[in-house]
Amino acid sequence: MSSPTRQIHLAAHFPGVNNTTVWSDPRSGSHIAFESFVHFARTAERAKFDFLFLAEGLRLREQRGRIHDLDVVGRPDTFTVLAALAAVTDRLGLAGTINSTFNEPYEVARQFASLDHLSDGRAAWNVVTSWDAFTGENFRRGGFLAEEQRYERAELFLRTASELFDSWRGDEIVADKESGVFLADAKAGAFEHHDAHFDISGQFTVPRSPQGRPVIFQAGDSDAGREFAARSADAIFSRHSTFDAGQAFHADVKRRLARYGRAPEDLLVLPAATFVLGDTDAQARERAEEVRRQQVSGATAIQFLEQVWNRDLGDHDPDGPLPEVDPQPGENTVAQGRASVRMYEDRLATARRWREIAEAGKLTTRELVIEVSGRQAFVGSPATVADTINRFVQARAADGFILVPHITPAGLDEFADTVVPLLQERGVFRADYTGTTLRDHLGLAPVPGWPVHAV
Amino acid sequence: MTGPTAPGELRLAVALDGCGWHPAAWREPDARPRELFSGRYWTELVQEAERGRLDFVTIEDTLALQSSRYDGPDGRVDQVRGRLDAVLVAARAAPRTRAIGLVPTVVVTHTEPFHVAKAVATLDHVSSGRAGVRVRVRAGRDEAAHFGRRDLPPARPADLFDEAADYVEVMRRLWDSWEDDAEIRDVATGRFIDRDKLHHIDFAGRWFSVRGPSIVPRPPQGQPLVTALAHAAVPYRFAAGSVDLVHVTPRDAADAARILRDLRAEQAAAGRLAESLRVFADLVVFLDDAEGRAAARRARLDELAGREFRSDAAVFAGTPAGLADVLEEWAGAGIDGFQLRPAGVPTDLTAITRGLVPELRRRGLVPPEYGAGTLRGLLGFPRAANRYAAAPPEPAAT
Repeated sequence: MSSPTRQIHLAAHFPGVNNTTVWSDPRSGSHIAFESFVHFARTAERAKFDFLFLAEGLRLREQRGRIHDLDVVGRPDTFTVLAALAAVTDRLGLAGTINSTFNEPYEVARQFASLDHLSDGRAAWNVVTSWDAFTGENFRRGGFLAEEQRYERAELFLRTASELFDSWRGDEIVADKESGVFLADAKAGAFEHHDAHFDISGQFTVPRSPQGRPVIFQAGDSDAGREFAARSADAIFSRHSTFDAGQAFHADVKRRLARYGRAPEDLLVLPAATFVLGDTDAQARERAEEVRRQQVSGATAIQFLEQVWNRDLGDHDPDGPLPEVDPQPGENTVAQGRASVRMYEDRLATARRWREIAEAGKLTTRELVIEVSGRQAFVGSPATVADTINRFVQARAADGFILVPHITPAGLDEFADTVVPLLQERGVFRADYTGTTLRDHLGLAPVPGWPVHAV
Repeated sequence: MTGPTAPGELRLAVALDGCGWHPAAWREPDARPRELFSGRYWTELVQEAERGRLDFVTIEDTLALQSSRYDGPDGRVDQVRGRLDAVLVAARAAPRTRAIGLVPTVVVTHTEPFHVAKAVATLDHVSSGRAGVRVRVRAGRDEAAHFGRRDLPPARPADLFDEAADYVEVMRRLWDSWEDDAEIRDVATGRFIDRDKLHHIDFAGRWFSVRGPSIVPRPPQGQPLVTALAHAAVPYRFAAGSVDLVHVTPRDAADAARILRDLRAEQAAAGRLAESLRVFADLVVFLDDAEGRAAARRARLDELAGREFRSDAAVFAGTPAGLADVLEEWAGAGIDGFQLRPAGVPTDLTAITRGLVPELRRRGLVPPEYGAGTLRGLLGFPRAANRYAAAPPEPAAT
């Protein structure tokens, strides 16, 4: 190889509330008990992962007006769990999704700066936006945001929060007992911000945190989302986990960086990736099929179909062929609180494609859903999976992966015990942490100091 | 008035804030002002409180820099300034402690009840039933300007307490919005939850509406403890109607008896039973085993601060045995427990845990060990009943 070997970044996504997570398995533990989070975090830290990741949803999903009951339901508060995990880990990065629509910059900046202090520099923020009035029903603000404004608000929210993070330079606290001077500057934390969304001023309460600012993640895939990431994020939580799509996405977002005076290494591309391991590739494939059947029960297949068909299919037999009736066009009224329904905006075309696949393979509704609803990204023996991950990273289809196990909390253990040592042997993944902060693990340059970055 | 547990027993808490409650406490030789923003500092303080078998700690917070003024920063550089989020400080301490209650302060005037309810519920899960929340109203223009959402002060300050009452009501409904046995994991039908045991709360009030249910399953205590500090009639009315434990600031035993009469009258007017509300008295304490040394330290700190120390709460400077006499007298007036504000940390915190507590134990006023597994249990409360548990299932919407 002429070019230097690229180092892989690995992170662990705590199993979430969609059907990727298999709760029906006898090994599946609590999704709420803190012991589950401790087990998961300690496995990730033992394996020298870059960070652990928690997702967020601010309203329980509903289908046809009733709370969705087929997947894991409920999860704890992101900030509170991450702060508690800071007490039981030493190096692992602690990343969480926090919504920029149903929060205020002053409060969120305070929470992330506090988390960064309490974890000695390990905090990361996945900035997401939502627009739906459905989620807004849980908040003072309500569902006020027009969809086309969501990236505008996210950008301004992040810019405002960054001004708050930067409002303390880092040298204000002298705490000189002899002279009685605690603060070198009475105006420490002073800020003023006025734009279309935020009209705030005053003094911020949290002194500059170890990383300066939390590491910023962005997860959107639209053109606006990619542009937002290129301008403002440290890492992209992407969903392009196949090789060709990964390479195209990687090249696309890295190309956008120059426009903002940033270098390719300033933004990491980290796709989410599921995996199934086995002693052999054949055994892993068998296990993967079994996991897919666990993930898509008959009832889950019907609910999945309803999201595309946009109508009540409660009487449809999942073990029979697809329904003869076509999807209902117009606004999706069946599933609420899900981002995924937006992926099927052209429902008639989707249904047509699915009918072709089902007819070609003589598939029942459930088999069809298993076929079309996302396969595991990496399936194979530890050696196969290690080689595949390494190939993706060396060929710039990704800078690393956010692994999504399907079992809580032990679904990461086998990967940590079998795949990670192989990557370490190949010299493409750290044998131990060399730094203390998450920015260190990700190879990101330190946040430039005061004065506030030019925007 | 009925005490929380055994007759004659009193409950003890400490209020943690910076390097202590005296503004010059950070200049004491053993103070650690440069560590105020670390997890280790707060964890060690809570662990010390737990070694003294205190029932709980509160952690002070506001959404503005500390100030000697009510309406904005005072520009002072000779006192501790800067603070971490109290809920996250409590969460950071939770895995490193096992029995003590954790009660962070939350400003309700500017925050979302949905977010705070789920954070406190999660603190309860993380600590296995030791969470509480001290709700705080803030009328200052400076905090309002940090959020830019409302103009303060409003025409009627009482509105802010009515809003706080709605806020507490929403939190309690959200905590109840999952019944305890809602998670069923029924593999045969593919259902993870029994959705008839999850409830929309449908709160609609003057300041906000919240649909629910919570995203967090019911906390171990059912409802974490809700507390508030109250000094006057309007907050007494709020506390008597809404919280489980109220902190008050009597000047002496007679004042304590007067405050208790007012509170109990408000409670009766709100239709609540006396035993549903614990009344704690707050005191700032300077402690030293040697007669006169605590007062001398207070004088020395006052000199460093450039003025005499004043507080909303009574100030005690003396020996642990002298403080025990005061607590015993006030308990006789009907006070259920005490929240001590150490003037200096660690000095006065360790004087509480290693001096006062053994003295109270000798007098049979505090138990030797933690007897209950939850904060509500330590205070003699049963697990909170669920308002929705007996309700009929929600009809399916069509």
